[in-house]
Amino acid sequence: MSKAVLMQGNEAAVEGAIAAGMRVFAGYPITPSTEIAEQSSLRLPQVGGHFIQMEDEISSIAAVLGASAAGVKAMTATSGPGFSLMQENLGYGAMAEIPCVIVDVQRAGPSTGLPTSPAQADYMQARWGTHGDHPVIALSPSSVLETYTLIIRAFNLSEKYRTPVIFLMDEIVGHMREGVELPNPNNLIINQRKPSFHDGANKQCYYVPDGQYVPAMKPFGRGERYNITGLAHDESGFPTNNTQVAGKLVSRLLAKVEDNVDDIVRVEEYAMDDAETAIVCFGGTTRAVMSAVLEARAAGKKVGMFRPITVWPFPEKQLKARLPQLRNILMAEHNHGQMLLEVQRIVNDGTPVSFLGKVDGTVITPAEILAKLQEMEV
Amino acid sequence: MSNRYEMRFAGSGGQGVILASVIMAEAAVIAGLKTVQSQAYGPEARGGVSKAETVVSKEQIWYSKVTLPNFLLALTQASLNTYTKTLAEGAVVMMDDSLDCPAYLDPGRVIAIPILRTAKEKVGKAFTANIVAVGAINAALQLFTDEELMEAVKRHIPAGTEEINRKALDAGKELITPEQAAAFVHHLG
Amino acid sequence: MPSNLIHQYMRIDHLPHIWCPGCGNGVIMRDVAVALDELINDPDSDFDRDNIVIVSGIGCSSRAAGYLDFNSIHTTHGRAIAFATGIKMANPKLHVVVLTGDGDCSAIGGNHLIHAARRNLGLTVICFNNDIYGMTGGQYSPTTPTGDKATTAPYGNLDRPFDIALLAAGAGASFAARGDVFHARETTAIIKQAMLHKGFSLVDVYSVCPTYYGRKNKKGDAVEMLKWQRDNLIPMNRFNVMTPEDLAGKKPIGILAENDFPEYSEEYQKLIDRCQAKK
Repeated sequence: MSKAVLMQGNEAAVEGAIAAGMRVFAGYPITPSTEIAEQSSLRLPQVGGHFIQMEDEISSIAAVLGASAAGVKAMTATSGPGFSLMQENLGYGAMAEIPCVIVDVQRAGPSTGLPTSPAQADYMQARWGTHGDHPVIALSPSSVLETYTLIIRAFNLSEKYRTPVIFLMDEIVGHMREGVELPNPNNLIINQRKPSFHDGANKQCYYVPDGQYVPAMKPFGRGERYNITGLAHDESGFPTNNTQVAGKLVSRLLAKVEDNVDDIVRVEEYAMDDAETAIVCFGGTTRAVMSAVLEARAAGKKVGMFRPITVWPFPEKQLKARLPQLRNILMAEHNHGQMLLEVQRIVNDGTPVSFLGKVDGTVITPAEILAKLQEMEV
Repeated sequence: MSNRYEMRFAGSGGQGVILASVIMAEAAVIAGLKTVQSQAYGPEARGGVSKAETVVSKEQIWYSKVTLPNFLLALTQASLNTYTKTLAEGAVVMMDDSLDCPAYLDPGRVIAIPILRTAKEKVGKAFTANIVAVGAINAALQLFTDEELMEAVKRHIPAGTEEINRKALDAGKELITPEQAAAFVHHLG
Repeated sequence: MPSNLIHQYMRIDHLPHIWCPGCGNGVIMRDVAVALDELINDPDSDFDRDNIVIVSGIGCSSRAAGYLDFNSIHTTHGRAIAFATGIKMANPKLHVVVLTGDGDCSAIGGNHLIHAARRNLGLTVICFNNDIYGMTGGQYSPTTPTGDKATTAPYGNLDRPFDIALLAAGAGASFAARGDVFHARETTAIIKQAMLHKGFSLVDVYSVCPTYYGRKNKKGDAVEMLKWQRDNLIPMNRFNVMTPEDLAGKKPIGILAENDFPEYSEEYQKLIDRCQAKK
């Protein structure tokens, strides 16, 4: 008998998060993410953690940030409408440098839209949803097993860079069940919080040594009192109106991600070595793209797949490296053309970019991709 | 895509077709096969059309959805009428025998059996219809062993209900004649 | 005592505070500091400097978190109680005190207030209630009396006001009380009782805002406004023995609701114990 078990994507998100050390979940039910709340309510008390169902998504992310500030890894999960409600506090998390993971299981919108149907139309919301310039890390899984392993990475990056990480799922992956054999927990790499610098010479709680990006994090209640605020603040953590200090802070927040893209960005490529056509996709769309690529290859066409696993920041360097060999690119995504804008920005008119999208809640099929390739004369 | 075996389970919300689909996928996992299971549903928890899909293969499954099912289970007239319009060539249709079989279906590929009545009268619980169906499906297609299927059922039912579910599985199995079993057995490519 | 208190519990580097002359908020901040000082020095209580977390939202009141030398977090507008909920769930041993204002906790944060009251998680909420949005320059709040003027109610406020303590009690708060700036000694004692209460507690403390509310409504200077509190907000022991005629237009200060309901984090710990025993 196989050791694998049948698991749903949403369930794998919870199991992965618990393996990563998540011990507080605060959330509000919303299709198609609700199973994440349900599974958290079942599993967290078993491992000594806390689940709390809040009164809305605004309070959900607020409670998650509070829990993380108090020293416990925390997560919330939602879908597009709830993700919109979380945006203000997401920016707070970025400004106050409080790690957490926010799962968005995307559904078809706008507004209440088609609650049980898939979409990937929160891609830009993940990047630009909150106000003000801020760093963003967003990861997107394409299978149940990857949901498990990648959400661990989401927690690790969040801790390492002290910033909220968006786990951008979609209904396809969230509600899909696959047989998975989970990795041995002893083989997982889990980032614990860095020890505080406070014992050393500098007592400032947001002190960042030269050449580094991230201040050490001190949870509340451990003997060193400090202040957290969403106002522009200096290294002591207190508000300031000094524009130089404020500018330095925001620049450092952005540089945390911009200067570390090589560490943060991950891409999966398939059959790209000799590819003349790349199909760019992410999340659940990958499944149809892979089927189409295999069929196209079987028909002798030089088609490959390029999948950002880290969707923000977009893997610019990796795509640029492929441009010289490419005759054309097909962007396939379940929206009206959002990641397309990133691809076009990077290609900068150098390579023709075609687009296959959906805004009706249905799933892109391999046949539709193959037909699009034909139309592109691939 | 020829090595994929695509199964669709359709009925009305509350009939348990999603669980039937999940159990078939779980059995595939237990049998060491690849599988992807998914579902589509409306806002109704009860009533409304409910559709679930299980893809089974010996190889990695990429596209997760069913496009042209090789097998369809239909427990309501509406779902039977809707989903028999898109079937793979030679697809097997299993339907409750209380429904009217559309004339365009090949009678040689239709299994019309009293799933709902068997659950209600023979097993004694109408809600076991999905388990009766699972028993009948596997008796016809023979994708999994009886042990694999029972283990899959056990993983998805409340503790203490093993007996009634075993009874339902057996009752479903008995709805399939040896001739049907010989005609519909499927060997995964 | 006051200067000692300031040196001990305030972040003197960050003083003077931003509040206007005559503002009542400093008095409430002092009441909170005195209550905490008494609890820290009470050998029977487990309060210490490091297991106290001050959480605030946005508004004049919420700047107090930065002045008090405890673990402090100044959050987003209206969300202090929600942040505090996460802090308490993550570490139920912490004493979590929310400093908020009438707009912060009953307008934008009203939903969080009623649900926290219902849940009965052990938080202490101190509302600095000045009947106005001070930070943004004098717009009417959910506690501005009907007919009063504000920059967004130039013809007089049409809204009916909330009574925040009764709102919390109505939402199931196991401890709801009212205090004011004039009766500082009584209010400090109420705040201390709220902090000792097991479960959700709220103290609605009437502040004074002579700069916006007072000036817009011809209430006189801070002294006049404090006199109004003296004459119209009556400690419960006196209130209870006054005649109906004498009580016209007056409100009691004191504890309005006090119940022994199960505290949420304790109930959750029992759930954890149950789940872990099963394994």
